[in-house]
Amino acid sequence: MSDTEKKDYGTLKVEAIRNGSVIDHIPAGRALQILRHFKILRQAATEQIPITVGLNLSSNRSGTKDIIKIGDYFLDQKQVNQLAFLAPGSTINIIKDYKVVEKLRPSLPERVTGVFACPNANCITNRENTVDTCFTVYESKGEVMMKCHYCEKAFSQDIVCKNLK
Amino acid sequence: MANPLYGRDIISISELTRPEIELVLDTAKRLKEHPDHTLLKDRVIASCFFEASTRTRLSFETSIHRLGGQVIGFSDASNTSMSKKGETFADTIRIITSYADALVMRHPQEGAARLAAEVSKVPVINAGDGSNQHPSQTLLDLFTIFETQGRLDNLSIAFVGDLKYGRTVHSLAQALCHFGAKLHFVAPKQLAMPDYLVDELKEKGLVCEFHDSIEEILPELDILYMTRVQRERFDESEYHSIASKFILRAATLRDAKKNLKVLHPLPRIDEITQDVDDTPYAYYFQQAANGVFAREALLALVMNEEV
Repeated sequence: MSDTEKKDYGTLKVEAIRNGSVIDHIPAGRALQILRHFKILRQAATEQIPITVGLNLSSNRSGTKDIIKIGDYFLDQKQVNQLAFLAPGSTINIIKDYKVVEKLRPSLPERVTGVFACPNANCITNRENTVDTCFTVYESKGEVMMKCHYCEKAFSQDIVCKNLK
Repeated sequence: MANPLYGRDIISISELTRPEIELVLDTAKRLKEHPDHTLLKDRVIASCFFEASTRTRLSFETSIHRLGGQVIGFSDASNTSMSKKGETFADTIRIITSYADALVMRHPQEGAARLAAEVSKVPVINAGDGSNQHPSQTLLDLFTIFETQGRLDNLSIAFVGDLKYGRTVHSLAQALCHFGAKLHFVAPKQLAMPDYLVDELKEKGLVCEFHDSIEEILPELDILYMTRVQRERFDESEYHSIASKFILRAATLRDAKKNLKVLHPLPRIDEITQDVDDTPYAYYFQQAANGVFAREALLALVMNEEV
């Protein structure tokens, strides 16, 4: 594929949505993980929600990115905050009548409950499936750290975020 | 007014304030000098050890008996419904704590005590959860340090051996944040104190230094806290080369300050040679004996509004 073709392919336009949410600047490769985590695909199948997913599109900011457009679906604040971990650096646009009426940036919550498994294999939460994991989020030396409420071990955000439940 | 520990779960040393720690230590001193056989009268305490323990279990159970209470429980989880029939840990705890007035528990997995406290309607005291916390050991360590030094503030303390997995070291270091201290860590690279913990200690104002040998810092120490390098974490030849660097012999103590005391959570294997036992610095057996008083204090305060 020539460079021009690559560029055209990378900047493939996707259809605009009338109402809904657009999650842009998702780190490449994470879009399907996000849809699975929010259980949007299941809902889309039963409620006929239109979804457009772009994978590995070119991005001036980060080289490549993923994008998700979900018609007639509005992310709530809890989901937006979870994107701080699932898709660091992503932006969320709320669309009404084809116009962006709200731009949201996920901010780090103080606690994250039930989203990630604890990376410590010997943590009780990895044995008792009925227990929701819970991490306290804080910054140390410029790095986002997550401390497990149960085993009290602290990990960098990158390590925890690989363990989506 | 009820004492601040009445009805509380004791899961992590980091949840205790300085006045609360001092209350436990004062109470332990009082109970050591003046035993009280009524503080757990008519109380049933469940002592559930899902993992082997000698000192912690026996000293907790001794404490319960000495305070006039009664003990139910097990020292081996292999005969429980959880192990035999697949009952969940949470259900096991719900049932046990419906029989008893408090639960003392040890479990091999980190976070088990926290989870137990969340499903229990009676106070839970953590007697060790995996490599995480061991608050009653920390309280007995602090009690022993105070007993030997007459103070807890601004001491020079060295931790030697397995500082990566050693929960006693983690808990004691965290507790010392309330008192200020100069901490010296002497460990093989593979068993070094975890970075996140060192960062936490420094942020709370402790001075942390790292050394390759005990001799390097011995002359300035008030407390030398030895721990066991666990053989199972290394292959045999690696173990011998590492363990030999972290052995304390009587001769090593030649330049020690007069007030130095050597502590160890025990069991010791060969990291403290027996000739150290005869020096005035050895205090690990008295430390283990103090476990009864520290645990009596903890139980008494958790189970009584006034002690």
